[in-house]
Amino acid sequence: MSAVLQLTDVVRVHGEAPHQVQALRGVSFAAHPGELVAVMGPSGSGKSTLLTIAGGLDSPTSGAVTVEGVDLARLGQQGRARMRRTSIGYVFQGFNLIPALTAAENVALPRELDGVAPRQARAEARAALEEVGILDLADRFPDDMSGGQQQRVAIARAVIGERRLILADEPTGALDTETGEEILRLLRARCDAGAAGVLVTHEARHAAWADRVVFLRDGVVVDETGADRAEVLTEAAGR
Amino acid sequence: MSVKHALLALLEQEPMYGYQLRAEFEQRTGTTWPLNVGQVYTTLTRLERDGLVGADGEDAEGHVIYRITAAGRTEVASWFTTPVARTQPPRDELAIKLALAVTVPGVDVGSVIQQQRSATMAALQDYTRLKRQAGSGDAPSDLAWSLVLDSLVFAAEAEIRWLDHGEARLRRAAVERAAAAPAPAPSATAPTAPTTPTTPTTPTTPTTPASERSAR
Repeated sequence: MSAVLQLTDVVRVHGEAPHQVQALRGVSFAAHPGELVAVMGPSGSGKSTLLTIAGGLDSPTSGAVTVEGVDLARLGQQGRARMRRTSIGYVFQGFNLIPALTAAENVALPRELDGVAPRQARAEARAALEEVGILDLADRFPDDMSGGQQQRVAIARAVIGERRLILADEPTGALDTETGEEILRLLRARCDAGAAGVLVTHEARHAAWADRVVFLRDGVVVDETGADRAEVLTEAAGR
Repeated sequence: MSVKHALLALLEQEPMYGYQLRAEFEQRTGTTWPLNVGQVYTTLTRLERDGLVGADGEDAEGHVIYRITAAGRTEVASWFTTPVARTQPPRDELAIKLALAVTVPGVDVGSVIQQQRSATMAALQDYTRLKRQAGSGDAPSDLAWSLVLDSLVFAAEAEIRWLDHGEARLRRAAVERAAAAPAPAPSATAPTAPTTPTTPTTPTTPTTPASERSAR
């Protein structure tokens, strides 16, 4: 099955010559439909850089990133922005909801920005909120919700419009154990329904929800568990 | 693990025979700690000798039914109110292995840590998969099983955190040694980790060249 996300030999260098920092030093990995991949590593291992590059928020110094077969480097700034609205869903530790908008409006926003009629965007938003179990909170503002509820809104916003790549950066970081587990259950369910997910975390208990765990150290992948590594490597080589 | 107390606790609910006790035990704890029926009957014999249970006749199929005695109830109550003694830390072998790895010359400590971390992570993934399958039923036995799984999950997580921590300390030690090497004057850059090279019992101050490779 072809990968939804494929990183090939991705290198990312920050800064100029004498003070360069190599955040990523040649990382290759793929996320397939129905698969949740966890990236684990300590602070400074490059895991957040990897996620921003996978989501088209940052570009690699060298190497290639393809999402649903499209090389992100070949898309212009606008093309990448469109890709982020239609194919890639982001979930952050800090939820990043807009406080002046209700839950439903937050979720509908990417669709409205994409030119979908407001009425339809609103209907899709309600469906997405129902999927994460909080349709009854559709008209609430973020400040009137618990952290777990806000993160559910953020997940609904990340999956609306049938986006097939979900990128999550420490999505349970601000939540208690049990609420965090519910969020992982939702991410897992979305992947079981056919999406590809990448979960960046430093907590082993959360990474364990993934099909595959990639260990990152100093910008390189040092090990993987639960992987069909051969398949991943041949795919990278065959590109 | 105290089979004796587990059986007594089960008998406090109602009188049962051996096979029944085993089934009830496994329903609550999964097959994480399998009991063989021989072990159950030996334990019952011992409990009967000590006056904690009594044989209470046979059922229609000839199974001997055991009933808890008053002394048995007192024993169960005191089991539940006494903390489990932590005399034998469960990760003994790994702790010993790592303590030796950092002191025996020629061991690549970094790969010892990474191999263990991968193996423990694979186990953690298995437990999490079982948790997902277990569902969220409200029956007491579902809750019991899911608590046992949580216990395995948290223990594996703790082991991985400890390995991460050990790796970070090894790296810091290697950096400090490298910084201290050109100028033998004591380094003042790391107040949180006073280096005590004269103390032979500090296990996190590896002295082998191999351990430096762990900081790749």
